[in-house]
Amino acid sequence: MPSSAENTAILVIGIGNEYASDDAAGLLVARRLKQAGRADFAIREESGEGAALIEAWKSAARVIVIDAVRSGGDPGGLHRLDASGAPLPAESFRGSTHAFGLYEAVELARSLGDLPQRMIVFGVEGQNFAAGRSVSPAVEHAIDSVARAVLEEIKKLGNEQVEKCMSSH
Amino acid sequence: MKTRTVKVDYLARVEGEGGLYVKIRDGSVTDVKLKIFEPPRFFEAFLRGRDYRETPDITARICGICPVAYQMSAVHAMEYALGVKVEGQLRALRRLLYCGEWIESHTLHIYMLHAPDFLGYPDAIQMAKDHSAAVQRGLQLKKAGNEIVSLLGGREIHPINVRVGGFYKTPSKRELMALAERLKWARDAALETVRWVAGFSFPDFRVDYLLVALRHPSEYPFNEGHIVSNRGLDISVKSYEDYFVEEHVEYSSALHSFLKGQEAYLAGPLARFNLNFDRLPAPVQQAAREAGLNETCRNPFQSIIVRSVEVLYACEEALRIISEYEEPESAAVEAPVRAGTGFGCTEAPRGLLYHRYRIDEDGTILDAKIVPPTSQNQKSIEADLRRFVSQHIDLPDDAMQWQCEQAVRNYDPCISCSTHFLKLTADRV
Repeated sequence: MPSSAENTAILVIGIGNEYASDDAAGLLVARRLKQAGRADFAIREESGEGAALIEAWKSAARVIVIDAVRSGGDPGGLHRLDASGAPLPAESFRGSTHAFGLYEAVELARSLGDLPQRMIVFGVEGQNFAAGRSVSPAVEHAIDSVARAVLEEIKKLGNEQVEKCMSSH
Repeated sequence: MKTRTVKVDYLARVEGEGGLYVKIRDGSVTDVKLKIFEPPRFFEAFLRGRDYRETPDITARICGICPVAYQMSAVHAMEYALGVKVEGQLRALRRLLYCGEWIESHTLHIYMLHAPDFLGYPDAIQMAKDHSAAVQRGLQLKKAGNEIVSLLGGREIHPINVRVGGFYKTPSKRELMALAERLKWARDAALETVRWVAGFSFPDFRVDYLLVALRHPSEYPFNEGHIVSNRGLDISVKSYEDYFVEEHVEYSSALHSFLKGQEAYLAGPLARFNLNFDRLPAPVQQAAREAGLNETCRNPFQSIIVRSVEVLYACEEALRIISEYEEPESAAVEAPVRAGTGFGCTEAPRGLLYHRYRIDEDGTILDAKIVPPTSQNQKSIEADLRRFVSQHIDLPDDAMQWQCEQAVRNYDPCISCSTHFLKLTADRV
């Protein structure tokens, strides 16, 4: 059973396939965040297979997901999507190799009443999703700034929690 | 002249990107195409020049859904080339790993991708609103498979613990016993799954397929056996390319396979089940009979029942292997390198997965060939669509499209995998 510590921690999930070029973006951000060595959030890497995602975030109340997207924007561009209250744009997440991927996992969890209370998705615009390990320069270049944006988000989510605790007293 | 078309630009609930096209003229089907438009990926070329020991890791990356199948076909082919045979507990552990992948892959398809077709929902998300207990059961059952793959494969995604000759590390008896508890629950859940899907309604549709699967003297096939058919084919894996050929069609970026001198053939759960019913343990046979399958099933829409029977088998087999497990003295059989050609064929969740490699005396790969199950089944998918539409020509457009899509999903096609191996040929100007 999930402990209360797990329930209150922030979980960061980097999604990707490091053998599908820019699809690795989420994993690269997760690894960059690991280097920060912070104890106030947990980091996981996932392939993006939906059932495994639902399992991964099951015991977390606040989740930040980073995944590559393909929505026609500039490579390396960053999208911040709040999935807590509204569905993700399904079309953007078709870069995934999974028929049952992040979009489906979020919406299925919502249907089942199992969606974490806060679910923020950072989409990194990819350019090349072909097999291989070379990441486009624009995406590579964006990794640091995406990692910084995630850290900012963690700070915001942390404050939300504080506000909630204070208001409940 | 009256022309009608069924056209789906982007098939939902299949792995990868494909579409379908059916043209009906004056009440007859005149054209059927399963369109696979994902760009081809050149893994075979990528393997050339690499060390033979890298094949399980490289090929595992080809598919996020069935990495174990790729690893298994790869290591068996390499062991063939090197003249070694992996037996005893190491062989049993490979079967156990395969059980995990079948549970994961089949359960995902049954619950998340295929069941919505039968229950009248556009997807599992909508279905979960009315069938949440079933969906939760599916998620937990799939997790039992994940746990086997994580423990034996070294991690959940792209398992890394498999090597030519065996494993890098074998589990302790205690670690496996810990899995057994969840697997007992999974076996019950799998039986419930068989009963659940047996209650669905199935279109009246039967096909006299040419069925092709592995067959082993005593086991339901995973890793080993002859390639057999229901029309007398019985060949060793080594002879695969003498009998099966691939061809390029302009509207698909995956090669179409066929048996020389004959047309389409069917690989996958339906073929395995029909050709190997007698190799299933009695309780699994009984569950299949109670689900209305008897010893044969020729209705592709009932493949969802066959998959659930195979999940039940995988749970039973995993429990048997765990109960008989003794920790091996060594995690792998040493396999000194030598020049040669090796052939491997195993039963991926979706059917036969054939690998062939040629290596030199240093173990460098000179040549590789991989034939995934979905490319083998493309012709059968099209033949099913042609027959189905012909027999149900009076269906209104929306029902026709729905059931055509469902007919494709009967195969659990992995379009991403099917395209990985198209060779760049000279027909581009």
